[in-house]
Amino acid sequence: MRILVFKEAIGFMKYKWICLIVSTLLVLGSLVTLATKGLNLGLDFTGGTVIELQFQQPADLDKVRQQLTAAGFADAQVQYFGSSQDVMIRIAPRAGIEQKTIGEQIVAAANQAAEQAVTVRKVDVVGSAVGDELKEDGFLAILVALVMILVYVAARFEWRFSVGAVASLLHDVIITLGMFSITGMEFDLTVLAGVLALIGYSINDTIVVFDRIRETFRKMRDMTTDETVDEAITSTLSRTTMTSFTTALTLIVLFAIGGAMIHGFATALLFGIFIGTYSSVFIASGLAVVLGASREDLMPTVVEKEGAELP
Amino acid sequence: MLNQNSIWRYLMVVLVLAGALLYALPNLYPSDPSLQINAARGGEVTAEVVDKIKAELSAKQINSKAVELEKGQVLARFLNTEDQLKAREVLDQLLGDKFVTALNLAPATPKWMDSIGAAPMKLGLDLRGGVHFLMEIDMKTAIDKNIDDMTQIFRSDLREAKVRYRSVTADLANQRVLLTFRNAEDVAAAQKLLDSKNPNELVFTEGDDHSLAVTYSETRLKALREDAVAQNVTIIRNRVNAIGVAEPLVQRQGAERIVVQLPGVQDTARAKEILGATATLEFRLVDENADVTAAAAGRVPPAAQLFFDRSGNPVVLQKRVMLTGNHIVGANASFDEYSRPQVNIDLDAKGGDTFSRLTKDAIGKAMATVFIEYKPTNKKDADGKTILERKEEVVSVATIQSRLGRSFRITGLDAPGEAQNLAVLLRAGALIAPIQIVEERTIGPSLGQENIELGMNAIFWGMIAVLVFMVIYYRWFGVVANIALACNLILLVGLLAMIPGATLTLPGMAGILLTVGMAVDANVLINERIREELANGRSAMQAIHEGYDRAFATIADSNITTLLVALILFGIGSGPVKGFAVTLALGIVTSIFTAVVVSRLIVNAVWGQKRGNDLPV
Repeated sequence: MRILVFKEAIGFMKYKWICLIVSTLLVLGSLVTLATKGLNLGLDFTGGTVIELQFQQPADLDKVRQQLTAAGFADAQVQYFGSSQDVMIRIAPRAGIEQKTIGEQIVAAANQAAEQAVTVRKVDVVGSAVGDELKEDGFLAILVALVMILVYVAARFEWRFSVGAVASLLHDVIITLGMFSITGMEFDLTVLAGVLALIGYSINDTIVVFDRIRETFRKMRDMTTDETVDEAITSTLSRTTMTSFTTALTLIVLFAIGGAMIHGFATALLFGIFIGTYSSVFIASGLAVVLGASREDLMPTVVEKEGAELP
Repeated sequence: MLNQNSIWRYLMVVLVLAGALLYALPNLYPSDPSLQINAARGGEVTAEVVDKIKAELSAKQINSKAVELEKGQVLARFLNTEDQLKAREVLDQLLGDKFVTALNLAPATPKWMDSIGAAPMKLGLDLRGGVHFLMEIDMKTAIDKNIDDMTQIFRSDLREAKVRYRSVTADLANQRVLLTFRNAEDVAAAQKLLDSKNPNELVFTEGDDHSLAVTYSETRLKALREDAVAQNVTIIRNRVNAIGVAEPLVQRQGAERIVVQLPGVQDTARAKEILGATATLEFRLVDENADVTAAAAGRVPPAAQLFFDRSGNPVVLQKRVMLTGNHIVGANASFDEYSRPQVNIDLDAKGGDTFSRLTKDAIGKAMATVFIEYKPTNKKDADGKTILERKEEVVSVATIQSRLGRSFRITGLDAPGEAQNLAVLLRAGALIAPIQIVEERTIGPSLGQENIELGMNAIFWGMIAVLVFMVIYYRWFGVVANIALACNLILLVGLLAMIPGATLTLPGMAGILLTVGMAVDANVLINERIREELANGRSAMQAIHEGYDRAFATIADSNITTLLVALILFGIGSGPVKGFAVTLALGIVTSIFTAVVVSRLIVNAVWGQKRGNDLPV
């Protein structure tokens, strides 16, 4: 079976400016929502207490809330988690009361509300200082990953490509974060892992295209830069789509049956794969071309002969 | 000739895959929820105990799979976690203090696999249930305490060397010792003396009026911190063993934190109580002139201090501390020549010197051991850190028989149990810095089981989806890619089971599935390349050769960058995220091997010498 086989190269580079502008707008939009609305950071980053309880019968959330308010936890967020028998309670970190007794108090309150045996599925207590550190470490991880990729691609290809690759990765990360900000989905450690995996995935795509551009530059000497890039992207298009498709396939399965704990992770990657595939094709190469990448930059270095003309 | 492989290459691949398969196999035998019963002090595990356990379990109608005596401990296997938890309650009551029961997941691998070291992957807490604590060491208290000690040492050093000083005081707010002298000569002499006694450890700053401020050098501070962490790790390990956990993890994280993971533990309150207590120890002389009843009524002599022992009886001790517990290197219980219980104690060099000097004139006097615990209270200070409360208790009073040196013993204890207890307290007493819990995660056993099932299902169906798709799209070359993918999974699981310290977490399972999705990428690249070469009019033989060769450069480049990301994740991430990074990184390496080497062997063997320009790709 074959799809996406083309006789002639598709003119991707015709659209490079439009794509660059659209992407810039998307990135700016994402930055605005990140700055104003921010991310719905999970317990891992904010600190606090999260408790998951399982009730024998469908739980009455209002009752649980009332009991919690009576116990002095008016700020508790109570919601269903997966099913109507599973309830998740979140409480912000607070001064004055010792963190670890909160869990016990809440379980007691919930037990009263339920008038039935409640199974404690999970209790997470994170100090706010720890949360801050995880936040710093997380963003440091993204930064370090990007810098290392910048250096590696610059060494293997050329700085313009390196800038294109890293800009497209930043684009993927920022827009994915923006999506999480707009939808208000919880952003926790596993989602952060998803975003980092997305960087790994997206760079993979980009490198495959770059590799082909280099090869085409060397083979087709009479093409313009735009034509070369179009040719390279077209000939790898089938592969790009195939890999994105199989990866997306596994992620859809993961999202559908992997359980609630892994939803955020699967969402981040699934969304990221679409945005990553787009950016590998249009943004990474497009930016490299706009920056003035040319055949000469990617030709094998010729050893200068002695007595060669000096500029 | 193109596309020919030596027999050695086949052999190598077959060996690697067979090895991986061997180590991956144990994962097919699900682990049994089980109880591990060890003898505590005073108990012994015998065949009778096993019979007793069996009888009790059948009396209480708890189904067990097997109850066996194994390596000096009883291992009782159950069909599910409910039975396991019920059995624990029942057996705890039956066996009492003499035994420690611990929840465990016992691998059900056949004996022969066990003997070659093949075991199933270790499961993370999110998959097997348990508690996770992150504990932070209170470095400020540790350093303050050290500066206090230092102040005393400075005084005695100066006195011994006959350098006259006006005052030597600890300035804890600035973490330094302040010394004042009468003239400049004394300042210089003191500086020289102290520096020679503590080379490279002190920083001196001279002030007005012949004063001298002494702070610790960076090396000294670093050593202090390192010691505090190392010691806490050891002590927590001892305490964890006291709780009875089958495979605990106690590990340092960062500069001043310790991760403690207790799989299977559900009673967090008890675990916290045992872990949260922090202890130090002091030796003091008993004030024999003081009137105990008067002191208990509130009239304590100025040089003395009132303490209580375990039973609440008052004891009056001298204010001066002879020695603190951080000089204790080791303590263990044994029997003396008359078979009476005793505790042997070893001190470090400095402690030995001080002790021998102080006990020289104290032969025949009573010496008390004071155990001090820091327990967290419900109050917090301005920085949001929990305030620790100090609790003191006299754990032993013994008469000094002779001048004591670096190692000595406390005899005259009533029972072996008491000696054992005192030894544990003495060892724990060496604790330099108090600790507190800053992060706590509890995962119920049913949630763990559920997570495993969810993860396995996702991997299974995700893999099926990819396999089907590959066959539809690439026909026979798709089948080859699928074989490579299956080999990849076996290799990955085998490696994860083989590498010590690699644990499988739920995000780790997501990582496996993600590598399944991404691993076919290499084969997609190769197959697309072969199609292209064929379309360019090459023969089947050449197309295969060129396809693999050219795709390899791309595969290497793109995977190295992904590997970089995985390594960063591993370095910076924690817990479950680390698990994800491990599977991702290993998955990249194994997928290159299977996609490039394994699939090529198959392709070469089947189509390598094919004439014409037609391939089932």
